[in-house]
Amino acid sequence: MSAFPRAADLGLIGCHVCKLVISADTPARVDVADELACPRCGSVLHRRKPYSYMRTWALMIAAFLLYIPANVLPIMRTASLNDIDDNTIISGVVELWVKGSPDLAIIVFTASIVVPVLKFLSLGTLLLSSQRGSGWARPQRAKLYRLVEFIGYWSMLDVFVVALLTALVRFGLLSLVEPLPGVIFFGLTVVLTMLASMSFDPRLIWDGRDSDD
Amino acid sequence: MTDDRRTEQDGPDGSELPRPVVRHRRFNASLIWLVPALAALVGLSLVVNSWLQAGPTITISFQSAEGLDAGKTPVKYKNVVIGRVNKIHLSGDHSHVLVKVALEKSAESFATQGTRYWVVRPRIGLGGVSGIDTLLSGAFIGVDVGDSNAPADEFKGLETPPAVNHGAPGRSFVLHSDDLGSLDIGSPVYYRRIQVGRVVSYQLDSSGKGVSLQIFVDGPNDKFVTTATRFWNASGIDVSVGASGLKVNTQSLASVLAGGLAFQDPAGPHDSTPAPEETEYTLFGDQASAMAPPDGEPHYIRMRFEQSVRGLAVDAPVEFLGINIGKVVSIKLDYDEKAQRFPVVVGAVVYPQRLGNAYDKLEALAKARGENPDLSQLMGRLVEHGLRAQARSGNLLTGQLYVALDFVPKTPKVDFDPNAKPLMIPTVPGSFDKLQEQLADIVDKLDKIPFESIGKNLDQTLAGLNATMKQVNGQTLPEFKNTLKGVQKTMGTANEALSGDSPLQQNLGSTLGELQRMARSLRVLTDYLSGHPEALIRGRRPDAKPVDTPAAAITAPPASTTPPSQGNPP
Repeated sequence: MSAFPRAADLGLIGCHVCKLVISADTPARVDVADELACPRCGSVLHRRKPYSYMRTWALMIAAFLLYIPANVLPIMRTASLNDIDDNTIISGVVELWVKGSPDLAIIVFTASIVVPVLKFLSLGTLLLSSQRGSGWARPQRAKLYRLVEFIGYWSMLDVFVVALLTALVRFGLLSLVEPLPGVIFFGLTVVLTMLASMSFDPRLIWDGRDSDD
Repeated sequence: MTDDRRTEQDGPDGSELPRPVVRHRRFNASLIWLVPALAALVGLSLVVNSWLQAGPTITISFQSAEGLDAGKTPVKYKNVVIGRVNKIHLSGDHSHVLVKVALEKSAESFATQGTRYWVVRPRIGLGGVSGIDTLLSGAFIGVDVGDSNAPADEFKGLETPPAVNHGAPGRSFVLHSDDLGSLDIGSPVYYRRIQVGRVVSYQLDSSGKGVSLQIFVDGPNDKFVTTATRFWNASGIDVSVGASGLKVNTQSLASVLAGGLAFQDPAGPHDSTPAPEETEYTLFGDQASAMAPPDGEPHYIRMRFEQSVRGLAVDAPVEFLGINIGKVVSIKLDYDEKAQRFPVVVGAVVYPQRLGNAYDKLEALAKARGENPDLSQLMGRLVEHGLRAQARSGNLLTGQLYVALDFVPKTPKVDFDPNAKPLMIPTVPGSFDKLQEQLADIVDKLDKIPFESIGKNLDQTLAGLNATMKQVNGQTLPEFKNTLKGVQKTMGTANEALSGDSPLQQNLGSTLGELQRMARSLRVLTDYLSGHPEALIRGRRPDAKPVDTPAAAITAPPASTTPPSQGNPP
């Protein structure tokens, strides 16, 4: 598909940090346990992010595992005069919808449910397709990756809401908001998905058996 | 660990690219798998934890799910949350709701038979207010554990909180009553006007003829309930009018409104060992009947009254010599074909024990005589001595009657069958009836008097009298007048004759003087004769003897005194 030459073909390697272009000819005495470093800034050199698949998979699986308790456990307790209410993400969304704030419900639902799920699906798709060296819709996959990177920050919305409410709503008996363990898992999920998307090397999309033509 | 083995740097001309340095890798990339492993571990630990924490799930049925909220409503024991309502759904026949409750692991012992569940809601009753905190916090499910260890997962929820918690110190007792009165679950039980317990439950006896009440007396006051204790219904106000005036007796305002029970030991010597659990007592209507000595076995008697029993009502007292020994239980009309009369058959229940010592003595006497000391035998003997039943008027104003068993003197003998069941007590007409009979007799006799002919005769007599009077007025009275005039004339003449200066008066005076003198000489003569009786024969002796001087002396003074006694004759 792509006829552009790769750095490897040209015998070059770029430093990720200081962007120094370095000759890919490795010294003779390099063994398996050794690695190459940038002669200028000293950072590690690699053609692709090292172990990108493995890392991404591992982080994504971890994020997914944590996403389960994040949804099952309540994330927030709102206590008012006559009522103590523990809400999970879903029940909070339902409550918002039922109590007449469908716009808010949609925002929270998007940020807390749609985005993480989309991230899992996108990363999964990217990983699988890249690992199999598929040439299918490469530019779209590249766009998808950029989208995943971009929306990554916004899925922390729920965590921010809980943190803000906890800090703001403190009226003793009358009204009180407390974070519950669910929010920790949720935050971890978001962080791990972000890490996963970061450890995925988008150049892998373009590597494939049929890449050279 | 960056012991770099620098490769040779190319010249600065730039035609040659820089070469990388080689160094040791710092860590193994596969360590990244620790992250998901850790996540899995955390997740697993959560699962295990929740599995370990999960207690039994039970189903409680309630009449209504009012105030219950799935996922929220807690289950509390002693105000500690031991579970939460999971799910609420209707039963298959829609008659009640089924509440699924997830108990905590530590609350496993609450999923046993005998555990009671109820919904704590704010309740405001006459006896007090409870569950007021649930106004703010919302309803919760209260729990009380039972004895059993047998596991159970289906429970029937109580609609009202149980009056007594399991294991509370105290004892429960059973009371039997004719009706419930104004008592209810939770009604207080008083001892010396201090609340010491409450009514726990009540149910109709299986025969439907009474009510059994379960009460619970809290410790340590339960020791005051002895085997001799009497219970009575302390509801309402007791107003009694006695010789000392009006007396109002109540336990407490709450019991006046909501009802209550009271108990006390009877006065006098009694068994004061604390009663064991579940002892059965009779619940009396009021304190007086509770404190009365025990009635003993009731006996049914029957009386046949030949006259009207107007004013006799069921529950009217039956008195023996003024002592209440029972009450009337039935009044029925009968028809006597032979006499063609309508006798009234009155049934009554009597308690011979109320006769006290008298009954004991009679019984002992009967035993000593070798007779059957049965009430029927005793009654037979009493009837022989004139015992009769009488419907007497207890209140002249209202005409209330009571049945008096009394000894009636000179009453005709009657047949008494001591083996009849029930006993038939012979009767005599009541005092009032007797009076009525006698009055009727008198009226009868009065009726027989021929008032008509008497009237006629009287009329004739009066007519005759009238004629006579006319005659008297016309003829007799004028003549009477003339006669009176004559009488008046005669009286005038008499007056003249009797006046002081009339000759008749003068003559009468001298005559009386003569008569006096004559009497004096007669006395001298008799004096002399009494001294000398022989003078009658021999004649008067010469006055020589000095013995005669006293006689002369005696005779002299009267002569000298005569003129004054005689008055002063002109």
